[in-house]
Amino acid sequence: MTEETPKKLVELKDLQLYFNKGKSNEVRAIDHVSFDIYEGEVFGLVGESGSGKTTIGRTILKLYEPTDGTITFDGKDVTKLKGKQLSEFRKNSQMIFQDPQASLNGRMKVRDIIAEGIDVNHLAKSNDERNNRVQELLDLVGLNKDHSSRYPHEFSGGQRQRIGIARALAVDPKFIIADEPISALDVSIQAQVVNLMKELQKKHSLTYLFIAHDLSMVKYISDRIGVMHWGKLLEIGTADAVYNHPLHPYTKSLLSAIPVPDPEVESNRQHIDYDSSIETDGKERTMLEVNPGHFVLATEEEAAAYKLEQQ
Amino acid sequence: MAANTEDFVIVGAKSSDANEHIAKPALSFWQDAWRRLKLNKLAVVSMWFLIFILGFAIVSNIFVTQNDANSFDSDNVGKYKNLPPKSGLPIPGWNGKIKEPGATESTDPYANSNVKKNYLFGTDTIGRSLGKRVIVGLRISLLVAISATLIDLLIGVSYGVFSGWKGGTIDVVMQRIIEIMSSVPNLIVVTMIGLLLGSGVTSIIIAIALTGWLSMARQVRNMTLSLKERDYVLAAKSLGESSTKIAIKHLIPNMAGTIIVQIMMTVPNAIMFEAVLSAINLGVKPPTASLGSLISDAQSMLQFYPYQILIPSAVLVLISLAFILLGDGLRDAFDPRASED
Repeated sequence: MTEETPKKLVELKDLQLYFNKGKSNEVRAIDHVSFDIYEGEVFGLVGESGSGKTTIGRTILKLYEPTDGTITFDGKDVTKLKGKQLSEFRKNSQMIFQDPQASLNGRMKVRDIIAEGIDVNHLAKSNDERNNRVQELLDLVGLNKDHSSRYPHEFSGGQRQRIGIARALAVDPKFIIADEPISALDVSIQAQVVNLMKELQKKHSLTYLFIAHDLSMVKYISDRIGVMHWGKLLEIGTADAVYNHPLHPYTKSLLSAIPVPDPEVESNRQHIDYDSSIETDGKERTMLEVNPGHFVLATEEEAAAYKLEQQ
Repeated sequence: MAANTEDFVIVGAKSSDANEHIAKPALSFWQDAWRRLKLNKLAVVSMWFLIFILGFAIVSNIFVTQNDANSFDSDNVGKYKNLPPKSGLPIPGWNGKIKEPGATESTDPYANSNVKKNYLFGTDTIGRSLGKRVIVGLRISLLVAISATLIDLLIGVSYGVFSGWKGGTIDVVMQRIIEIMSSVPNLIVVTMIGLLLGSGVTSIIIAIALTGWLSMARQVRNMTLSLKERDYVLAAKSLGESSTKIAIKHLIPNMAGTIIVQIMMTVPNAIMFEAVLSAINLGVKPPTASLGSLISDAQSMLQFYPYQILIPSAVLVLISLAFILLGDGLRDAFDPRASED
């Protein structure tokens, strides 16, 4: 962690979410996960499909009830919020969804989609104010103002994703969970959307939880990265540390799978196989700080070994 | 790994005005569906036919009253009974001539009984105008159709949305209730209600109210189950939208197609149901006419006076057919797979 220890915006402590708890088909979607997100940073969460990244995002937003553990937002425990306080909390934290096609209701005009949060929270006093706000938001995400009376299916993927971003921004949140916001878009549009998100972060001092499986994009946007596998958080560190000096064998394997856009290097690239027995051997593992600010899920001996390996 | 991560530049979309203008006219979902419906000629014809029939049934209340159709001249039954359709034009089969039972040649009963009036659709066995009786029957059929629609919409849709949205135990219990209700034969329900309230249009409508919405509730529940997992519903939830609002703004508009098609399938069923009930004397009480009772009354005379059964049957078939064809057209028009998106 940095010296001045900036304010923690979101704190997850020992969060667990089990589906079908106690039955034979129990699924540990989130298995004792703890991490903090500091105000103003972009926290990237990576991992393979089904590793629980999206579930964590949705649990933070209280779309799922956690089995155990606490979520603290801005100093307040939000794990058990209900009713009015819950809607207050939801005004502060919003979500951008993965599939821009599925996340917009095709029967509603863009204006009404974006204004939904404004309507719910009664943020506009008159119809004019509402429309002006929608126009501002459209402008903010770089869409044509005339588009507010159109339907989502008339837009391209990137435009739709920007509508989704505008909807999330409508309630003026502090914290945005971006759930694979770019994985359904083609590469040129990915850059568009990521740059837009970066720009908005600067303008509105937002905090992001950026969920993705594209490591290079995560490294580009994130300040810190967490690596997830099978519901567990394996490694947390600054983007540079995780990317350039990975500790956990899973992270190494993940990084070795990234193709390199250089034929000579690519032809020599060796994929490191991951031996998952390191997670399933039943030993007690905790998050240990190997380097300052760089944590890894390991036993004491393993942590010592990782440290040694680095030198 | 030397990715040039610092040099990303927005590609293309710099000047948003010129680049992102959409020239295509803004078509709402309904406009789009209407455009596609218009391509189906049969459906359009059916639609206009149904609109015409509905308008006609409403206007007919003014000049053909129930009493008008039921009353007959008891002194002159012999004179007016069983007159064939007469258009006043020399059209074979519609010129007021008929082969009387036992006769070998066509005769003109109008002339024989000295009847001045022309009955366009003939008269029945006691001399009432068949045309007027068919109009009354039509009104009853449409009344049944409209109430079936309303019940489908009010009970079926809300029951289905509630059951699907709540899920879990509530859903299981509500679905078992539907299964139990649908396992009771309709005929038994009608007979019971007929015993309680006496047979008539009211008990038919109540019987439809009890059983007609079941399939709609099931369909809507299925749609709700799949729609509630959609991202836009999650987005609405995360914005703090209430469940009722989500149902009205997100769920029901997205299953409007299914609902409309389901209604178009329920309506002919309800009309046929009423006709069958009236035909087996569980429906409307005589002397009130319904298409079903007209058909069953004329059954015994089928060989001698076929027009008495053909005319109400034709009306019944045409209405049902129109509803089914329109339903077909609407299903195609609303089918998301057929849309360009």
